[in-house]
Amino acid sequence: MIDIRNVTKSFDDFGALKGVSLQVEKGDVVAILGPSGSGKTTLLRCINFLEIADGGTMVFDGETFDMHSISKKDISRIRRKTAFVFQNYNLFLNKTVLQNVTEGLIIARKVNKEEAEKKAVAALEKVGMADRLDSFPSQLSGGQQQRVAIARALATDPEIIYFDEPTSALDPELIGEVLSVMRDLANEGMTMLVVTHEMNFARNVSNKVIFMENGQVIETSDSKSFFENPKEERTKLFIQTIQSGRE
Amino acid sequence: MDERVLQILIDSFMKILMAGIRVTIPLAVLSFLFALIISILVAVIQYANIRGLKQLCRFYIWIIRGTPLLVQLYLVFYGLPSVGIVLPAFPAAVLCFAINEGAYMAESMRAALEAVPKGQLEAGYCVGMSYWQIMRRIILPQAFRTAFPSLSNSFIAMIKSTSMASTITVSEMIRQTQIINGRVYQSLALYLEVGFIYLMFCTVLTWLQSYGEKKLNAYGGAK
Repeated sequence: MIDIRNVTKSFDDFGALKGVSLQVEKGDVVAILGPSGSGKTTLLRCINFLEIADGGTMVFDGETFDMHSISKKDISRIRRKTAFVFQNYNLFLNKTVLQNVTEGLIIARKVNKEEAEKKAVAALEKVGMADRLDSFPSQLSGGQQQRVAIARALATDPEIIYFDEPTSALDPELIGEVLSVMRDLANEGMTMLVVTHEMNFARNVSNKVIFMENGQVIETSDSKSFFENPKEERTKLFIQTIQSGRE
Repeated sequence: MDERVLQILIDSFMKILMAGIRVTIPLAVLSFLFALIISILVAVIQYANIRGLKQLCRFYIWIIRGTPLLVQLYLVFYGLPSVGIVLPAFPAAVLCFAINEGAYMAESMRAALEAVPKGQLEAGYCVGMSYWQIMRRIILPQAFRTAFPSLSNSFIAMIKSTSMASTITVSEMIRQTQIINGRVYQSLALYLEVGFIYLMFCTVLTWLQSYGEKKLNAYGGAK
């Protein structure tokens, strides 16, 4: 469904991505792991064109795009088939919960208001937030805001949802509610690309793991063999470290 | 206070107040509305970084903030007729006040726009909205809320700045006071009186401001 080849991106002299490739098939839940500063978030942002890569190609639904010189029109065409969940939720602060979800439908996709609200309520029910339709983001906890953000992503029927460290800004006791929503989505067959530090999610929910360091992919494998039988020395060390950290 | 002065104050009060209601307030409200439009345009052009126009906006702000309002009024009302542009006093005053205060308000608006978290724009992109849709529906409303106290400030300042229009023959409150004073020679009493009327106007505006701020916060505070 998505095939990305050789993405590069530098900030000034710092090479954030040094030729990264990855493939996502329909129904995949791919976890991108790696230490801070390894380029995971930059990769995700380049894939949704929040940053414009210096080079690389993307095949999306069979169409090939140059990731550096892609036109605005193509960007918005691709974005309409994708959704993005941010670390800091980024709910529209001047809109209610319901409006946050309908905005992309009514304004960007010209869905009529009634139908948009029906879809929005259905999406909010799925994340357990349908009882807070008229609340503003500032009245919600972080976990609730993130669930609304997931509903906002869901409502547009995306082919894939990108998650950028969706639980990293949350209080520990709020992480569970967000992860369980994400687990439900995965079980329903939603295609997801998830930058995360949640090892349990990577191990138990995702079917593929990509391990990155220093702007490069070190190892790509299915999640079972990634954790039980890592190929690379660096990956072994990473898994040892997180396991000893837990004990 | 002797009875004659008291009588003068009573006689003049309604005249000055009526000049305030008929001239000062419409002058301030009209000028403020135009200034608001100017400031939004100028701030958005700079925020959106529209090349060419942005430099023009910086130039406008530089010129207007760097020259006295009085000079701007004189240029428009007394200067422009010599190149064939004759404006009646009231429109000339509205024009000057709008352009003048617009420059200051544009800076408040620009600061408020820049205070809106960048993530709001990115979230808008990610749900498929265009830059201008996000600007109009997400960023400007939030910036407006942030800018509200300083915009209120500008409006209060505008009420008092309109007194300068007396210098180009607009018969607002100061000019009315001057006319009355020309007959009765009671500068102390009359200027205290007109000062008090300005204070009343501004007090009402201060109430309106705090009411407006409460209203905006109730509407889901942006923090």
